[in-house]
This record gives sequence, structure tokens and C-alpha cells, in this order.
Amino acid sequence: MSNSKFYNAIFAAGITLILACLMIGIKLDNEGAQLAVKGATAEQWGWIGLGIAIVFFSQLFSSQIDAMFGKIPKPNLGAMLPEERKMATLKPWLIAAVVVIMLIWPFMVSRGSVDLATLTLIYIMLGLGLNIVVGLAGLLDLGFVAFYAVGAYTYALLSEYFGLSFWACLPISAGMAALFGFILGFPVLRLRGDYLAIVTLGFGEIIRILLNNWSAVTGGPSGISGIAKPTLFGLEFTRRAKEEGNVPFHEFLGIDYSSSYKVIFLYLIAVLLVLFVIYVINRLMRMPIGRAWEALRDDEIACRSLGLNRTAIKLSAFTLGASTAGFAGSFFAARQGFISPESFIFIESAIILAIVVLGGMGSQVGVILAAIVMTILPELAREFSEYRMLLFGLLMVLMMRWRPEGLVPMKRPHLELKQ
Amino acid sequence: MSQLLLDVNGLTMRFGGLVAVNGVDLTVKNRQIVSIIGPNGAGKTTVFNCLSGFYIPSDGSVMFNGKQIAGLKDYQISRQGLVRTFQHVRLFSKMTVIENMLVAQHRHLNTNLISGLFKTPNYRRLEQEAMDRAVHWLKEVDLLEFANREAGNLAYGQQRRLEIARCMVTQPELLLLDEPAAGLNPNETKELDELIIKLRDEHEISVLLIEHDMGLVMGISDHIYVIAQGTPLADGSPDEVKNNPDVIKAYLGEE
Repeated sequence: MSNSKFYNAIFAAGITLILACLMIGIKLDNEGAQLAVKGATAEQWGWIGLGIAIVFFSQLFSSQIDAMFGKIPKPNLGAMLPEERKMATLKPWLIAAVVVIMLIWPFMVSRGSVDLATLTLIYIMLGLGLNIVVGLAGLLDLGFVAFYAVGAYTYALLSEYFGLSFWACLPISAGMAALFGFILGFPVLRLRGDYLAIVTLGFGEIIRILLNNWSAVTGGPSGISGIAKPTLFGLEFTRRAKEEGNVPFHEFLGIDYSSSYKVIFLYLIAVLLVLFVIYVINRLMRMPIGRAWEALRDDEIACRSLGLNRTAIKLSAFTLGASTAGFAGSFFAARQGFISPESFIFIESAIILAIVVLGGMGSQVGVILAAIVMTILPELAREFSEYRMLLFGLLMVLMMRWRPEGLVPMKRPHLELKQ
Repeated sequence: MSQLLLDVNGLTMRFGGLVAVNGVDLTVKNRQIVSIIGPNGAGKTTVFNCLSGFYIPSDGSVMFNGKQIAGLKDYQISRQGLVRTFQHVRLFSKMTVIENMLVAQHRHLNTNLISGLFKTPNYRRLEQEAMDRAVHWLKEVDLLEFANREAGNLAYGQQRRLEIARCMVTQPELLLLDEPAAGLNPNETKELDELIIKLRDEHEISVLLIEHDMGLVMGISDHIYVIAQGTPLADGSPDEVKNNPDVIKAYLGEE
């Protein structure tokens, strides 16, 4: 064992000690009108000591631990699936089964679960959208939430000022987000890698700050409330119709009012939107433009020499990704009924990016799975309350250590030449 | 006399104070194989970069088919029918061979999103035509049996041939090959030699070649340009160049 390793371990343990003393060891407490500094209890000190010991030894024996990690067999997901030819015949049935289950499922579970599922579906949409930009076209976008915000505010504002319905606004929101993607993309797509990431990060913040400060139109930090919910061919899901002469859904069918109809209806819309997005992206990947995205990601210089206009191709990826976010955004606004700039902070972009990376860049199934994990896990980990994020971080570190290529690594849909 | 396909006059490329290419003149006629040779660092690849639009030349004119192409963007030039390869193989290695061939035909395909989503008849037809062209060229370079293989898994010589096929499928008039024989064994070089001659004789295109393999260059070239330190040194038929004292001096040094 080298000396440097020992010093390294001492150093790490020292850092842990300092951090633990500051964050857990000392507490400020109210004592009447004054603040008093209180030390931790003996039991807490015991735990801190244990933590420091763990850090020290894990640093000291890091190479051995790494070797052990290497020995853990990586589960071979491919081997668990039936062979390829069987898969091909099984696949349509599998997809049909999943869709049917997704459609029936909400009628059997609690309102809360359906609501959570709807949120998950929004993140799936966002993940799939960013997957085009990051996974397929290889452009690192850290401000993806901006397009989500544009979509949400487009619907909220159009609905508030012009009384347009959700269904009319859905394509408009996607179009607006695409337009913003285009406007941003045009100047910045000359940049590459890190530089692009920084510019998109800035763009995300600009949009949020704009929404925050343009109070006259966007309502500023207090946001927009009372956004109209989607209707089913004009039928509302409220107890009483808001508009004169309108009949609510339950009266139309002659059944009792239940607030869960609305939740289920929103869920079903989300399912439809997600299916639509999946279908479109699936087609895109097999179209010339999808091939061009991947080619450009693999070798830009070769693409240029073959007459591919890289700006146009990157721009199309950026625009299409943005329009997906716009879709998700307008649905988000409709579901919440209230939006404010608070919903579109940087951490959202980071979460969406994490979904794409965790899932496996470019892989649709991976992104969907990761979106499910990333939204449901924080809910399950609720009892850990403040340690929730810590757990979340730990999971991500382990994930990257154990499976850096993502949950389900991308498998390209190869075009085959039939002999 | 055949018509001039490429006519380069006084091509100059400066990087700050460094003059990489200084007043190079070049002509390529229809159905001709022309080579550029010269010691390492002579500026041959820089000439290629200028012709193909990767660099914008500091000075001089590049006429291709009677049109000025100096200053055009790289993809615009390749769309006019001037396509190049690189010193290092630049395939899309994760894609299959046939997909490589389709990416190259991007502009010949229907890239309209809507028609792609609904697979309109026009979309299918263009896709099929591109597929046929790809198959045709894979046959020409003897790679058809590997059509569904990942390009990165091919042997090096096959990758080189695929690169040429990928250029040819864009239907160029002039092909710029940058050291196509680098890293090939004598057998593969001979195949390459035959392929280039076939491109000229059967497919009626012109080839501009940078190459260090003198056997290949002297054997197939109709005309040879020698560049040393960015300036033109000599030009002529293989025999003239071979016996030119300046050329011998540049290559072997003075006694």
C-alpha cells in the first residue's frame, strides 16, 4: 500500500470530520429570545465516528473495493430476453399488453397513484424530448426546462387572455417551443460540447428570469392560476359547468360526480400524448433525419464532406426536442391549473438530463424506465424526509459506477438489407 | 481535347504569417486521374482542404465545372459533385455498411418530416432508389455481403473501399482521395489501383489523388503535380516527373 493512499484516506476522513461537526455536531437552538449553540448527543457523536471510520477505510482500501465491484457480475439483460427472432413476433403483443394495462390500471388504484403516474408521464415526455437532443444528436442541452416553460406559459397565457381551449393550444405550445428552440439554436449550434452546454444553461435562466420579471403579462413570481382544465369534446370535469349552457361530464353520462374522473381523464390524455411522442420519435430514428443525427454525432467531418448541412440537421434535432418539451409543458399547465417560474428552475433541467443519462443515452426504453425510477423513487423515499436527496444522489453514484452506459443501453434499430 | 473539370489558379492559404500553400495551379480534365505528390508537410492536404471547402482559401480561384467554388461551404461544394475522403478512415462505425451508404445520400432522400412519418409513396420510392444505388456501389467495391455488418467491424482494407463507395454513391464528378493506400498491404493496394482505374474508365469520373505509394501513383496517374513546401515544384506525365532533377532533389536531398 502506497503512502499517498494513506494520506488520501486521512485527508478524506478529516474532511468528513469537519463537515460532520459543522452540520450535525453543532446545532443552533432557540432558548427564549436567544440563540444557543448546542453540541450533539453522545449517540450522534458515535454515529459520526462510525461514518468517519467508514470513509477512512473505504479510501484506504479503495482499490480492493473497486476490484470487488468488478467481480460482481453485471446482470445481462439481453440474456434474460427471449432470442431475437422470437422477440420480433412477441414485441407487438408486448406493446399492446402494456398499453392496455396502462389504460385499465387507473380505474383500480387510488387517486394519488394515478396523479403520480401522470407526473411520471410528463417526465417521460420530457426525457424523450431531451433524448433527441442529447442522446441522438449528441448536443448537450442544460436549459431544456426553458422549452418546457415556454410550452406551459403559452397555454396558460392563451387560455387566460384569449380563452383558447387546451386542445387548440397543444399544437400551438409545441410550435412556440419549437420556435424558441429554433431562435436559440440558430446562433449557438456553431458551438460545441461544453460551450453549447453553458449557452443553453444561460438560456434556461433567461427564460425563467423573464417570466419572473415580466409581471404585467406573466404575473411575475405569483404565476398564473385558474388555468382551464382540458375538456372531453366540450364536456367539463367539474361539479358544475363553468360556462353557461355547458354540461359537465358526469351529468352527461348520468352518473354521480367524482373528483377522480378528472384525475383519470388527465392521466389518459398523458398516456395518449406519450404514445404519440414515442411513435413519432420511433419513426424519426428510422428516417433519413434520424440517421443524419447519429451520423453527425459520430463524425461531423465525414458528414460535412458528404454534403450534409450540419447546422440544419442540428437545428432540426434542437427544434424537435424543444417542441416535445412544449407539448409536455402545456399539459403540465393544464394539469396543475397553476404555474409559476418556480416550476422551471435549473434543477428540473438537471433531473431531465439525469433521466436521459441514467436511462442510457439514445435508448427510448431506458429513458422511460429512468423517468419512472426518478419520479417514483423520491415518493417512496418520503419517510427519509430530509435525507431523501442524499439517497437520491447515492443511487445515482452507484448507478454510474455499476452501469455507466445506462439502465438499458441504446440498441440502434439497424436498417437491414434484404438479400 | 476533353473539357476542364477543375481549374485552380494561384491557390494560396495563409495561417497568420505561415504560408502553407503558395500559388498552386492545378487542372483536372474529365476522366483523368491526377496525383499530387510531395514530401511530408508539403501542403498537399491543405490543398485538399481548400478545394473541398474545409478551409476558405486566402487567395486564388477554384473553378469547378466553370463555376467559382472558392469560398463556398463544404456541404455546398460536395453537392456540386466534388467529394473527398480523408487520410484516416472516417466511417460512421456504429452504423451498418448499408446505413453508411444511406447517410451519404441524405440530400437525395425525401427528408420532409411529414412524408417520413406517414411513409408517403414519394418517400418510399426515394428510399428504395437510394437503397438500389447503395447496393449497386457495394457490389462495385465487393462489399455487398457485408451490407448488414457494423462498419467499424470491417477489416481496414474493406473500410477504405467502403469509404470510396460512400463517396461514389453521392454521384460525384470529381473524387478527391487523400492517401487512399495508406496502411494497405500490397494486395489491397493492387485492388485499390484497379478500383480507381475502373472509376475513371467505366464510371467516367475524375480522380484527384494524394499518395505516397509511388508505385500506385506512377502506375495510374495521367498527370502528376509535385508540391514542396507549399509551392509548386514541377508537373507533367509520370515519366517526366520521375526524371525531373528538382523532384529528385526535393525527395532525396542534395548531395
